[in-house]
Amino acid sequence: MEVRIEAVAKDFDRHPALHEIDLAIASGELAALVGPSGSGKTTLLRLIAGLETPGRGRILFGEEDASRLSVQARRVGFVFQHYALFRHMTVLENVGFGLSARPRALRPARAEIDRRARELLELVQLGGLEKRYPPQLSGGQRQRVALARALAIEPRVLLLDEPFGALDAQVRRDLRRWLRELHDRTGHTTVFVTHDQEEALELADRVVVMSQGRIEQAATPDEVYDRPATAFVHGFIGESSRLPVRVEGGEVFLDDRPTGLRADWEGPAELFFRPHQALVGDGAGGLAGMVTGGRRIAGVRRVELELGAAHRRVEVDLPLAQSCAPGTLLAFRPTAFRLYPLAGEGRPADRAPARQLAHG
Amino acid sequence: MVDIARTLFFPGLPAAGASRDCTSETPGVRAGLIAASLLFLALFLLAPLAAVFAQALSAGFGAWAAALVEPDALSAIRLTLLVAVIAVPLNCVFGLAAAWAAAKHEFRGKAFLISLIDLPFSVSPVIAGLIYVLLFGAGSAIGPWLSAHGVQVLFAVPGIVLATVFVTVPFVARELIPLMQAQGTTEEEAALSLGASGWRTFLRVTLPNVKWGLLYGVLLCNARAMGEFGAVSVVSGHIRGMTNTMPLHVEILYNEYNFQAAFAVASLLALLALVTLVLKTALEARLGGGAPGRVR
Ligand SMILES: Nc1ncnc2c1ncn2[C@@H]1O[C@H](COP(=O)(O)OP(=O)(O)OP(=O)(O)O)[C@@H](O)[C@H]1O
Ligand SMILES: [Mg+2]
Repeated sequence: MEVRIEAVAKDFDRHPALHEIDLAIASGELAALVGPSGSGKTTLLRLIAGLETPGRGRILFGEEDASRLSVQARRVGFVFQHYALFRHMTVLENVGFGLSARPRALRPARAEIDRRARELLELVQLGGLEKRYPPQLSGGQRQRVALARALAIEPRVLLLDEPFGALDAQVRRDLRRWLRELHDRTGHTTVFVTHDQEEALELADRVVVMSQGRIEQAATPDEVYDRPATAFVHGFIGESSRLPVRVEGGEVFLDDRPTGLRADWEGPAELFFRPHQALVGDGAGGLAGMVTGGRRIAGVRRVELELGAAHRRVEVDLPLAQSCAPGTLLAFRPTAFRLYPLAGEGRPADRAPARQLAHG
Repeated sequence: MVDIARTLFFPGLPAAGASRDCTSETPGVRAGLIAASLLFLALFLLAPLAAVFAQALSAGFGAWAAALVEPDALSAIRLTLLVAVIAVPLNCVFGLAAAWAAAKHEFRGKAFLISLIDLPFSVSPVIAGLIYVLLFGAGSAIGPWLSAHGVQVLFAVPGIVLATVFVTVPFVARELIPLMQAQGTTEEEAALSLGASGWRTFLRVTLPNVKWGLLYGVLLCNARAMGEFGAVSVVSGHIRGMTNTMPLHVEILYNEYNFQAAFAVASLLALLALVTLVLKTALEARLGGGAPGRVR
């Protein structure tokens, strides 16, 4: 089921939680909402589910205007961040709840409800736990019961709010892979919220980056990582260093000193590059910084540098074998970087086009 | 005896000898404190209670039973039960509605509503009774109209019920508001998103989650409804065999120097109090013991 969000806005007591949002989620797509705390991810999810009513705009499920439907009629599977399992019901009763809550005419027989619930529990790999109560389950098991319960109503859209938020890293990784497989098998249109950008990049067909009630970018994981649409996205997704620069006559200046980088640009801008996109060492030329520290990250050594009198901090990657003591001066040059224009007061302009420039 | 008293009155206290607590009193001081409170309880609670039963049974078991099946006593018992049967369900409905409103919705004047619920606790029961005399008495605006239409509120069952409902208003609501607030609304939202109607959500999700708290409130409400004296005394008119509840009947018997019969009826009320206390302790253990519904 395709979901289209058209110019939807939401205020809480005149405090805007979402500015006008437009987003289309294709049928069968697995989309991730990421963004800092308070950016409106949960609000957007609850609007789709019908648990909040939009101030403006509308939400379409296929061709149907869902904004006119009640929560019950939308048939949306919602998995809450803290599971929200019914604590006084067994696992089986929890999963069967949606079916047994149907109006009498549409309600399957008791035995049929139990059979379907058991089937779903097998699907989420929890066969044998039917008789347990939610407090007797581990976090990961509760999460899967919540998912089975949401799947039981044959939802048109599956919505998950930080489904793995409260779980430890190992369980998270397993569940993540498992959710992807489940999605590929069942083909539900799915939207999930996560704090964890790595999770979003690994799991989703499309990543929707939100900030302060706006969508900054909605694109494939590769696109979001390689071509961030805004300075915010660049800083939020993946590791990056930022430097305030000025471009004059096609040349990039940092603190009025030439950096040796060239750009098709004029005026003040913010320059972003990733730690692995830097050529380091004598003769790299352009920029130089004092080493202030370093740490090993998997197969590389990440070194922190301080630049100039303003003590701007950047990070670059070195081969593991190459050590460098704090206090040494290191020359480097970004091999690929992106510039984002500054609008007034040094703030990045919201949606101005970015320039990517690569040097050999 | 001492151990029963401990568990009855200090359900939170660890059993003697089993504790190695971190407070700094020496064992002597602690023993002294416990002895002092037990002495106090014995003097002011247990002794009077024992006296009630001693007096009630002073003329033997037969006389005790006779005092209870005597027509006026039976009528008082019946009226007391009737009042409780009306007041307690009303209180449940009101308490659930108020707790639902306070815990699951945000609205203007919520804090005011919550403190208003406590009003009957801070008003003397006599005043509560007088309010209804003012409202429905012969000198009031609607009193004459009501009596012209043959509706008798004061000195009749409706007045007694009204006064009892007034003094018991806070019990269920007070118990449920914090409970429901702590539980939040996500389970209800989950039920709605799964397609359950509002009413079904209430019956299958909200109500089971608060059932122990509700029972606790009902228990206290019932004890108060049956034992209320002041407010009921003002509106009842003390018509023997007609508008006397058990507490009023006790008073009348006592004023007639019929001590044995007075204490026999009083012993019933005392029994009610004891049963309430035991049930309350059992419920508290249940309410305090983690998620309700975990144990079947
Ligand atoms: N019921 C509410 N009443 C008032 N303000 C609210 C309510 N729900 C959310 N907000 C506000 O709306 C904004 C967006 O909140 P939302 O919960 O959608 O953020 P989020 O992106 O899910 O954050 P997190 O990652 O912390 O869960 C926040 O500023 C929040 O304070
Ligand atoms: Mg959230």
